[in-house]
Amino acid sequence: MLSGAGVIFALVMVLLVLPYRAQNGPKGETRQIRVWIVGLGLAFPMTVLAALLGYGLFVGEQLLPRDLPDVVRVGAEGRQWAWTFTYEDAPGTTTQDVLHIPAGRPVDVAITTADVIHSFWVPRLAGKLDAVPGRANILRIEADAPGVYQGLSAEFSGAGYDRFTFSVTAHDAAGWQAFLRGDER
Amino acid sequence: MKALERHRKLTTIWASEPGFRGWFSTVNHTDLGRMFLTTAFFFFIVGGLLAMLIRAQLATPHSAFAGAEIYNQIFTMHGTIMMFLFAIPTFEGLAIYLLPKILGSRDLAFPRLTAYGYWCYVFGGSMLLVAMVLGIAPEGGWFMYPPLSGPIHSPGINTDFWLIGITFVEISAIAAAVEITVSVLKYRAPGMSLDKMPIFAWYALITALMILTGFPPLILGSVLLELERAFGLPFFQVDLGGDSLLWQHLFWLFGHPEVYIIFLPAAGVISTVLPVMCRTPLLGYGWVVAAAVSLAFLSFGLWVHHMFTTGIPHMGLAFFSAASTLVAVPTGIQIFAWIGTMWKGKPDLRLPMLHILGFFCTFVIGGLTGVMVAVVPFDWQAHDTAFITAHLHYVLFGGFVFPIFAGLYYWLPHFTGRQRFFRLGEFAFALIFVGFHVTFLAMHWVGLLGQRRRIPTYAPEDGWTTINLISSVGSFVLAIGIAMVLLDVILHGLTFYRGPRNPWNAGTLEWAMTTPPPAYNFASLPHVTGREPLHDDPELPARLARGEGYLGTPKHDWRETLTVDIASGRPDMHVIYPGNTRLPIVMSAVTGLFFLSLLLKFYWTVPVAVAGVICLAWRWVWKQGRKDDLEPMSLGRGLKVANAAMSRRSPGWWGTAFLLTANATFFGSLLFGFAFLWTVAPGWPPPAWLAASPFELGAGLAGAVLSSGAMRHTMRTNRKGGKPVLGLILTLAGALAIAFACAALMTRAPAPVEHAYGATLLVLGGYGLFHACLAALMVVFLIARVRGGYTSSGRQAEFSIVTLWVDYAAVIGVLILLVAHASGFSS
Ligand code: HEM
Ligand SMILES: [Cu+2]
Ligand SMILES: [Cu+2]
Repeated sequence: MLSGAGVIFALVMVLLVLPYRAQNGPKGETRQIRVWIVGLGLAFPMTVLAALLGYGLFVGEQLLPRDLPDVVRVGAEGRQWAWTFTYEDAPGTTTQDVLHIPAGRPVDVAITTADVIHSFWVPRLAGKLDAVPGRANILRIEADAPGVYQGLSAEFSGAGYDRFTFSVTAHDAAGWQAFLRGDER
Repeated sequence: MKALERHRKLTTIWASEPGFRGWFSTVNHTDLGRMFLTTAFFFFIVGGLLAMLIRAQLATPHSAFAGAEIYNQIFTMHGTIMMFLFAIPTFEGLAIYLLPKILGSRDLAFPRLTAYGYWCYVFGGSMLLVAMVLGIAPEGGWFMYPPLSGPIHSPGINTDFWLIGITFVEISAIAAAVEITVSVLKYRAPGMSLDKMPIFAWYALITALMILTGFPPLILGSVLLELERAFGLPFFQVDLGGDSLLWQHLFWLFGHPEVYIIFLPAAGVISTVLPVMCRTPLLGYGWVVAAAVSLAFLSFGLWVHHMFTTGIPHMGLAFFSAASTLVAVPTGIQIFAWIGTMWKGKPDLRLPMLHILGFFCTFVIGGLTGVMVAVVPFDWQAHDTAFITAHLHYVLFGGFVFPIFAGLYYWLPHFTGRQRFFRLGEFAFALIFVGFHVTFLAMHWVGLLGQRRRIPTYAPEDGWTTINLISSVGSFVLAIGIAMVLLDVILHGLTFYRGPRNPWNAGTLEWAMTTPPPAYNFASLPHVTGREPLHDDPELPARLARGEGYLGTPKHDWRETLTVDIASGRPDMHVIYPGNTRLPIVMSAVTGLFFLSLLLKFYWTVPVAVAGVICLAWRWVWKQGRKDDLEPMSLGRGLKVANAAMSRRSPGWWGTAFLLTANATFFGSLLFGFAFLWTVAPGWPPPAWLAASPFELGAGLAGAVLSSGAMRHTMRTNRKGGKPVLGLILTLAGALAIAFACAALMTRAPAPVEHAYGATLLVLGGYGLFHACLAALMVVFLIARVRGGYTSSGRQAEFSIVTLWVDYAAVIGVLILLVAHASGFSS
């Protein structure tokens, strides 16, 4: 996407410099309109955009949560300025500012808020999704490997916003079982 | 009459009071345009200083420069000032200054309204400045999302400053938009049909229409949020049947068109200046107009792309993503029309052209990153990072500030009649260009590295330190560049170095007058036969000064002009303007008192202010008009047309029609809000529905039919020479019946503080009550006018204006009552 944008930008710049040097553009008003406006103004962006849009929809579709048998369900509730996480597989268990998930399995995070709008974002696992009062938004994330992933709240929420971060710990299968049993806490 | 004698005579008629006292009473568009532009530039400097504070804060990690509370105020005010107090008013000022001149007329449609709008802008802007100085400025970000900005999470007065101050400023935007629309459509030189209009006028017209339909949703949102904050009506509180997403819809329904409201006037400047710099007419005039129109339409269908992360269903995302990328097409058409113009002509590198090249470079990058963020998966990553801030500045600075600087340097000789002596501008441009790109390229980069927008500090471990420092250094280079532009302009004003009359050899009419422009613009009005009258006839300025055009003989101390038929440009009315008056400034001060009372919760002064506005408005309209019929006027060149007061489609009628367009958008947004809450908000159904009352409903509907029918009948009676008073009394009775039904609805709305349903009914009823009372007041006014002898079978303009208001009250009254009572029946 970036290189495509670079090419278009370079094209426009060249078109801007050339009239200062040579004087051999298309002649005659109708030809000029056909070249500049219909060709470059109308047809060219249409083509590029159609391609881009198709690509975007395709990727978006890929990212869509599908119903798989081994989906893990967790909850994330934002509050000024802390996240509380709950686990369907371990009722009663809550964690603060650290979300535990199994690595290699799809996880559905139900994102809610107790006060204002927040946004749940773990850049390396998925895009962001807002926590909107009165709703639960579901975000599908998946960590390929065990480890710790940084997370952020990405919707401005007042004075404590800059410190409003959290982390995601992805466990291997054994570690996940241990977490669910409560060994770790 | 000699040219000089004519000049003296016209000047005594048109001049404002001498000295600074003239500022308060002038209604002249040249004065007010200059005042608007100066004030807007002042706010640009203030906003720029705030930007410097932001960049100073972000230059180093763990910066102790400002705490979060202060930092939040700084960036909120920066965004708010730049969008509402700099960009929009700059457009208004430029259009107000320029339009009558390029359209070949003597003033805008409603001179006093221009002044009123200006003072509303000054007073509203001052409210925000005062809040900033006192350290109680708004702090929720320029889009003020509830619940963060709601009563629970922002109990202080900060948010109220934003909601009330901005709504006040918005009044001036609506006033200017009505003004510009009617002026472009009606106040043109004879012969200037729509297709001969200078391209800038097209852009101004489209922008003004967008303001009329784009701003009302935000005004509505602000009203609702302020009602929630002041009186606890829970429109945005989810546990009481409200929904914070309603705000986001209303805000972006305004906010996205806003971007194009800012861009289109700038594009108008480019379409005007660039061809002159290339010594050739614009390529593809019709295409460019069509592109601008379609951009305007498309931009109203895109607001949801600001809400991609709120959990909108995937199909909705796909639709709005497609629509968002589509706007690149009309933008592309304009860009390539401009490039084609450059190829067609002989472009040079004079200062305005440098800024236009700066525009190309910057705006194209902004457009490309814009297309990227319109792709949903990318936006999920980039949203709310510094990448978005950088993109937005490429679009706004590239798409607005560079073109406006081009326009500034292009029209500066016109504003002052002088020539630039010191050549600071070229150097300033270089600094601005380099500084800008360093600042914001760095911000793109750090945004991709994950830096969020609106954070006051970050840690050294984040690894953003160097990039941020580079960005901050760039921003100071940029600031020095802007300071040099300011210096350049001041020096320009101080050096007495007279320039030629048409320094750029342009073809449009604003250069057909002496500069600085005389108060009356043209000693006589031209007859236009092409898009570039000055190229068609280089002798035109001298001929106009000799009085060879229309209205070349001043009579009776009248400020005269003429209007034309919209499409063909055939003259159709003769107009006499009001003279200098302090009424506008007084009226906007009293309007300010109204807003201030709400802000400070001095509710007992609210009725005083309302009564004051009513009295002043009454005087405002009363002072116009005559007790005798004017014969058709001879305009010179053998042309005779009737006076506007004798017309059913007077300028006032057109102004009312467009004002009601804005008003109807407001009402439509309100109905949208009701439907949205009902169907989407989680906390429904409400605990209690309205108990529907066939009696109230019947009374309201009957009142609507009666008022509207009686008013029409009255108008016909009057035209035939009959007595209109009886019919007016019946109209009044009808309007009062609507008022009664709406008032009853308000008193019976179930528990408005406990559920958004009752709150919405309260607002709907209030809206109906307000308009019914307004219509009633106007009918009373008209009765007074009839009895005072100000109307006749010929002087009927006021009848048709009042008819519009009566019909409007009837239509919305019926809709409100049906919707409200149907919700009661259905449950
Ligand atoms: C004069 C040069 C300018 C500089 C150096 C500058 C710098 C900045 C910076 C650094 C931010 C980010 C604040 C943050 O996220 O913490 C910002 C925000 C913003 N700027 Fe500018 N800016 C400039 C001019 C403008 C202009 C001309 C406009 C509009 C016409 C504008 C509109 C905005 C808006 C709308 C925001 C977002 C405010 C918010 O997040 O609520 N800026 N600016
Ligand atoms: Cu948008
Ligand atoms: Cu954008």
